[in-house]
Amino acid sequence: MEPEQASRMTAVEPAQAIKPFRFSTSLVLQEATGLRAARLSVLAQILRTVPDSCIYHHTHYFLLSHHYLTPEPSNDFAYWIGEVLGEEALGERLASLDIIEYTDLGTLRQRLVDVIEDYLKRTPAARFKFASEGEEFFFVKSVHVVMPTAYTAATLEEFADALERVSVRSLYFHVFDAPLRLGRRTNDFSLWLEQLGYPELAREIAALDPYSYTLEMLRSSMLSLVRQTLSR
Amino acid sequence: MSLLADYEALVGSSTIAELRALAGRLAGKQVLMISSTRAGGGVAEILNRMAPLFQELGLDVRWDVMEGGLSFFKVTKKFHNALHGQRAAIRQEMFELFLQVGRANMHKMALDREIIFVHDPQPITLVEARGRHPASRWIWRCHIDLSRPKQRVWEFLRPFILKFDAAVYSHPAFVQQMPMRQVLVAPSIDPLSDKNRELPMEEIRAVLARLEIPQDLPIVTQVSRFDRLKDPIGVIEAYRKVRRTVKCRLVLAGGPATDDPEGEAVLSEVREAAGNDPLIRLLMLPPNSDVEINALQRASAVVVQKSLREGFGLTVSEALWKARPVVASAVGGIPLQVKHRYSGLLVHSVEGAAFAIKQLLNNPSYAKHLGENGKEHVRGHFLLTRHLADYLLTFISLDYTTDTIVLN
Repeated sequence: MEPEQASRMTAVEPAQAIKPFRFSTSLVLQEATGLRAARLSVLAQILRTVPDSCIYHHTHYFLLSHHYLTPEPSNDFAYWIGEVLGEEALGERLASLDIIEYTDLGTLRQRLVDVIEDYLKRTPAARFKFASEGEEFFFVKSVHVVMPTAYTAATLEEFADALERVSVRSLYFHVFDAPLRLGRRTNDFSLWLEQLGYPELAREIAALDPYSYTLEMLRSSMLSLVRQTLSR
Repeated sequence: MSLLADYEALVGSSTIAELRALAGRLAGKQVLMISSTRAGGGVAEILNRMAPLFQELGLDVRWDVMEGGLSFFKVTKKFHNALHGQRAAIRQEMFELFLQVGRANMHKMALDREIIFVHDPQPITLVEARGRHPASRWIWRCHIDLSRPKQRVWEFLRPFILKFDAAVYSHPAFVQQMPMRQVLVAPSIDPLSDKNRELPMEEIRAVLARLEIPQDLPIVTQVSRFDRLKDPIGVIEAYRKVRRTVKCRLVLAGGPATDDPEGEAVLSEVREAAGNDPLIRLLMLPPNSDVEINALQRASAVVVQKSLREGFGLTVSEALWKARPVVASAVGGIPLQVKHRYSGLLVHSVEGAAFAIKQLLNNPSYAKHLGENGKEHVRGHFLLTRHLADYLLTFISLDYTTDTIVLN
């Protein structure tokens, strides 16, 4: 049971939630598209046509797959352009895109294409950079299998306990998948906390930039905000 | 006794809980695995380890082996080489024999399970019998490198592949554009096998003493058979460049490539290149030297995999699982296992390899950091439990065409 789109909340006092929060998890199956690019112009061209789940995969899967690394490597496009093609300036531009500012994958896709094409206009020599065979950019898409977990929370205390225990895949689902793939206006935790009567905590959690933390660091930051609220 | 419980300490309880929850959706599902051999080779090894885990997870998994005589397997070996892009003399009667053996097996096998999971090209023509039980879903699992197949064999197999509901590959480079779901499932290592399990320090020391490898200097190791594609001579050249400024030992460990007519020639070239350098040790290990390889990898300061081509290169995951810093070529599946400068160093030349080995030997704390990151990467992506989860997800995905599958 996922939280409904939150209605406008005016209550600021803690209250018992109507619907307990059910933590879900999302397991990712990687699906190949058979599409590949060895140079930037082809990358941009293919980027225009691949499914949204492909854009999502290459800008998000690394967060899940390298969640233990500090600092985290950059998204797949930035990593390939910087490390394989050796176009570090463009790699840096793509790595520094604030993905949190994009509320839909279509806009993010357009921005990626624009940045690459703008760079190619200003740096014509970059057109001649080729990845060698086997090091091309391979387009992959994510198939997400979403399942409920055994963890639920009806109060903020229970929420803190569960948040501490759920897998990083569950955290990833509620923070990244919910807004960008499922079209919710913010992360699932904030939506539910608003309903529970903690609008300030909901705002604080929504204000964390999840792209600049590892998943475990994100979990600790959220937990410490929740615990501060509990101790007030 | 729970086998899965043994993995829990290594991958975490939430991962095992998710695996069980996923399998719960497939409880009692009848799956038939079909391969061409029950012993020997990577496919048989992985199925032997997986089958009891699938059973514990509640799936009704059976594993059948197709029958084929020596002449059939000679043909499939030639097909295998051609699919790998090597030149192979293929004659028309080979295709005919291939079809004939497929048909003979089709008559003997029931092929009535809910999921028929066919491994590699040998049993691929069995899919012709799918009309017998229309409700069965068919999956083709390709374990080989199809990035540069010889067209004649590829075009022969293609119509059969197209009859499957899904195909599974180890690496995106092996995938051609096809209409069915094409899933990526990397191979895996078993952390509880003799090759990968924890070893006490005394056991490591004892193995090294038995192999006559002193531990007085940092050890640089490459484990792989003596095959030109593994570039053992390149490793020796890189080591010599390192030795100009850093003292270390080099160990090249592997078995002879018995099915490779060039095996002996390569070995004598390697012996010649090693000369009488007392710090180079060439080890010809017999099959089943898993504990020796484990100890050797654990005792190494740097593990190298300087291949010129690789199918997947799982020796890299074996080394990373032991938190060893790795220097490896960016070929085959190696870039999936190593993120350059995060979980190891990727190289493209002898010079690059020498430079990377020196960096790691001279900066033990950086080397340690890379090794630890590498271990975490393997924990998440290249252990048997992830492999199982991917297969379960593949089975579930057969009933959907969407990119998001919500199981309530």
